[in-house]
Amino acid sequence: MDSNISSILSSKSSFICELREIKKYFHGVKALDGVDFRIRPGEIHALIGENGAGKSTLVKILTGIYQPDSGDILLDGKKVSFPSAHESQLQGIAAIHQETSMFPELSVVENIFMGHPIKKSNNISLDWRAMRKKTKELLDRLGIILDPESSIKNLSVAERHLVEIVKALSLNARIVIMDEPTSALTMNEVEHLFNIIRQLKKEGKAIIFISHKLDEVFEIADSYTVLRDGHFIGSGRLEEVSMDELINMMVGRSVNQMFPKIEVELGDVVMEVRNLSKFGVFNGISFKLLKGEILGFFGLVGSGRSEVIRTIFGIDDFDSGEILLDGKSVKISDPKVAMKMGIALVPEDRQLQGLILKMKIRENITLPIIDRIAKSFFLNYPKEVEIAEEYGKQLDIKAASWEDAVQSLSGGNQQKVVLSKWLATNPRILILDEPTKGIDVGTKAAVHRFMGELAEKGISIIMISSELPEVMGMSDNIIVMHEGVITARFKRDEATSEDIIKAATGLVKVE
Amino acid sequence: MLKLLKKKDFILFLFIVFVSLIISLRYPRFLTLSNLGDIFKDTVILIIVAIGQMMVIITAGIDLSVASGIALTGMSVGLLNQHYPGIPIPLIILISMLIGGALGSFNGLLIAYAFIPPIIMTLGTMSIYRGFVFVLSGGTWVSAHEMTDGFKAISGGHVLGIPNLFIFAAIIIALFAFFLNKTKTGREIYAIGGNELGAKYVGVNVKKIKYYVYLLSGVIYGLAGLLWVSRYASAQNDTAMGFELQTVAACVIGGVSIMGGSGSVTGVILGALFLGIVYNALTVTNVSPFWRMAIAGFLILIAIIVNTIAKKRTQYMMIKRRVF
Amino acid sequence: MGLSLSKDRVVEFVTKWEFLLVLIFIFVIILNSTLSPYFLNVDNILDTTFNFTEKAIIALTMMFIIICADIDLSVASIIAMASVFMGYASEVHGVQTSGLIMIAILTGIGAGFLNGIIITKLDIPAIGVTIGTMSLYRGIAYVILGDKAYTKYPKSFAYFGQGYIGSSPIPFEFIVFIFFAIIFGVLLHKTTFGRKVYAIGNNRIGAKFSGIKVDRIRLILFTLNGLLSGIAAILLTSRIGSTRPYIANGWELDIITTVVLGGVSISGGSGNVFGVIIAIFLLGFLRFGMGLLNVPGIEMNIITGFLLIIAIMFPNFLNNIKERMLKRETY
Repeated sequence: MDSNISSILSSKSSFICELREIKKYFHGVKALDGVDFRIRPGEIHALIGENGAGKSTLVKILTGIYQPDSGDILLDGKKVSFPSAHESQLQGIAAIHQETSMFPELSVVENIFMGHPIKKSNNISLDWRAMRKKTKELLDRLGIILDPESSIKNLSVAERHLVEIVKALSLNARIVIMDEPTSALTMNEVEHLFNIIRQLKKEGKAIIFISHKLDEVFEIADSYTVLRDGHFIGSGRLEEVSMDELINMMVGRSVNQMFPKIEVELGDVVMEVRNLSKFGVFNGISFKLLKGEILGFFGLVGSGRSEVIRTIFGIDDFDSGEILLDGKSVKISDPKVAMKMGIALVPEDRQLQGLILKMKIRENITLPIIDRIAKSFFLNYPKEVEIAEEYGKQLDIKAASWEDAVQSLSGGNQQKVVLSKWLATNPRILILDEPTKGIDVGTKAAVHRFMGELAEKGISIIMISSELPEVMGMSDNIIVMHEGVITARFKRDEATSEDIIKAATGLVKVE
Repeated sequence: MLKLLKKKDFILFLFIVFVSLIISLRYPRFLTLSNLGDIFKDTVILIIVAIGQMMVIITAGIDLSVASGIALTGMSVGLLNQHYPGIPIPLIILISMLIGGALGSFNGLLIAYAFIPPIIMTLGTMSIYRGFVFVLSGGTWVSAHEMTDGFKAISGGHVLGIPNLFIFAAIIIALFAFFLNKTKTGREIYAIGGNELGAKYVGVNVKKIKYYVYLLSGVIYGLAGLLWVSRYASAQNDTAMGFELQTVAACVIGGVSIMGGSGSVTGVILGALFLGIVYNALTVTNVSPFWRMAIAGFLILIAIIVNTIAKKRTQYMMIKRRVF
Repeated sequence: MGLSLSKDRVVEFVTKWEFLLVLIFIFVIILNSTLSPYFLNVDNILDTTFNFTEKAIIALTMMFIIICADIDLSVASIIAMASVFMGYASEVHGVQTSGLIMIAILTGIGAGFLNGIIITKLDIPAIGVTIGTMSLYRGIAYVILGDKAYTKYPKSFAYFGQGYIGSSPIPFEFIVFIFFAIIFGVLLHKTTFGRKVYAIGNNRIGAKFSGIKVDRIRLILFTLNGLLSGIAAILLTSRIGSTRPYIANGWELDIITTVVLGGVSISGGSGNVFGVIIAIFLLGFLRFGMGLLNVPGIEMNIITGFLLIIAIMFPNFLNNIKERMLKRETY
């Protein structure tokens, strides 16, 4: 049984933090629509939801980066507000896994104490000895082995997380928020992290644990809150709920209902990847892609899927291996070459990689094919308008005019612009990296339907997704990656969620 | 923070020793005490101003107005001394720093609070300040015989056998080494350059510190302006022309990253000394002084390229540590 | 149709950068003509262009560089280096005019290409590299020439910077400028190349993912900037008739100020050639006016410096006013 602290406190049912009816809008879109949240000291509370459910918005409100448009925040029963990130920190809230607060060139000690150093009695000079000592103390308390003088830039991702936790402690944080802390961690590092979390719980800290790895949630957390599309769906203790019920709350429909898969007859091999390796990133990647196939790539953040895809598309280079198109070995040196060969990539980061925000919808859609439709180097305005019209209508992009800047569109419509842009290149192979991330349910369904139609027309699709239901529902074949290698392959009918998750977390032997 | 000589600085130090030995083989005159003394004396002002430039670069900025600031403050105090020879020396020193501070403050205000990119702002003030030198002087110079002996002794004199210049340098070095390593604000300067948003999140007053960094750079080059005209006993319109590039070179050679976030006083001193040795070698080997600019430019390029390649290599080594 | 002059649209137009620029331009013309009654004569106006045409042609390619979110501080130094090479070839080796032109052009291309290669292949910020080459290139000029001057140029060489088209009052230089203005204006606004430059300046990563060869385009831009600096060296040297190592000193400030004053944002991604052309003439005539007032060159730089700073501050200032007047909600 856990420590007495938490049982005493929960019997007194005093919440350290409460959020009531929090609403937040962005450009008229409801990011949070009346969300409630409560946590007690010494409680590990999991915040669950799909991508775009509103979890990170909630966290940003708690950490003072955003202000709620309505609703209350209470600490120890009293109404508070956090006009700035610093203010939230002063009130005892700390968030880790936000690289935003790390200074790569500076040491562990400096990163921990930046902003609140220990000074000597003259109140001017810094007392490095005291800070080093305190750092060592905190590290020891959590059983972390690190040299306090090492630079952050030399630490691994896992080690940086740990430094952030130590930093939270040094700030006497009472609420520690961890946003997907186990992505890119090995099994051992995850165990270590969990032990530290349990230690924090013993000390009476309240921990908000955000993850969509439900097995981990069940292992470490006490209670849960589920969000979906900005709405509060439900909360309670994890011992009183099953994984299926949780998934149901997260997703809202059963898997089969969501993804009406159109059966397509698969053709010949259009692309084959043989032993593709990039030192330190991925190793020995081999797979075949058939005509009309939807090939799903599942894995945790950091498993290397995006890196493989970027290599295929010519953004990054690789060390060894081959790529064959229609049986012939090809050299894809940059995206332009990939495009010429009929490959298109809808990237993961919509706003940074997928679009030029300040440019018009028409300009964005025609950007990859600008040379193709040009009249010997001159811009072909009529043709651009024609293409924008064609795809805008086909994908039902909701905008006042094609001359509007893309940044004025909602997330879903922006993704439609990205899709249009790549469909306009007439690809044979379409790669989608997290195509429905951060998109409303309606657009999501439309995108899935559209993918099916494309496959029917003979376009081969590679889809990277971290949403299990999406991968299982849409793919003909599923490849699972973990830490840069392929750990499993499944045909559509053979795949079970347990097997896939096990392969993704490295519990399965490498092939 | 007790690491006195970081690896990078140590390598530079060895390189300096190596280069000096090579030169002295061909020209034994090079390693004489008097020549070394000359090198130090010639480099002192560069060291002082480069320290100010370093602080600015660490915040991911740059100050191209330092040379014009030296000229303007130099001309100002030179004219003051010419027309009001009765002003006591300590007051002149103070005035030079005040003027410099005002010049730096103008930079800092608009850079920190009006969000004008440092490169543009200081490109502008570089011309503005240089123009004002001309306005002040009316086209004339202040020459040696128009300056008081006390004025010329600021740089030329000794205290207990140690040249004044060295004393000024020692004070500035000690002050700023302390400031940058041992005070809260000093460390926050590094944070701003390393991750400005992150610094804001932990409560660093980014705007105020950016303002102060340019202000301090100004105070430093204000003093340097005085030292310059005192040393060369002349305040001209083209005083310190091109000097800003030398300060950038000293910083970059000394390991200060042009992207901000890192750099040390030791490194800057070594970088400045390296430049000083190279310039002195030109004199000793009878190469014309007109080579200076080209060499400074060349060294800046080499230093930036080497630093960048080294950074990419360490990133690669980091990945190597995490192989499957 | 109805009344299209709603308050909103008026505010939009009035706060448009080019409109304000034209206002200031008219003001400068009025100022100049009160200073000198001869100013408003076509022949005289054309003659004033001699003073700023060389800077103007470089401003055209600098415009591309800044729209592309880069910067090039080495242009004036490239002029110096090219001029010194021409002087050396002419005075010491008797090279004739056509040879001199080749030398300047090759120097410009070479210097710009070197900038571009280091910046794109080694992925080093343009500020750092061009501060270095700014020093290196002019340094080379000093190494070769020292404190002397080259004054022996072939007779025919003088035509480029001093000659007129036939018997008209139009300077040859000015035609060169018009020629490049048209070419680069069309290139920026009407070709795929221009669209790509805007894309890169707005979002370099997004441009790369969209199949744009970002590094190749940046390399081309730096090389072009160098080429035009070389051509400017021909015109300038020809006009002055001699070469000193400090030729075109401080011109990088003037050129960058011109581009920024022309409405090109220093962070890249926006601006147009019309604004830059207005700014070219505005600054050119302003300098001429100051010359009429006998303001020394160094002091004119004070005004240029202030103009640069104001030109950067103003867009933000204007936006604030615009937002407030249109009572737009900002999220």
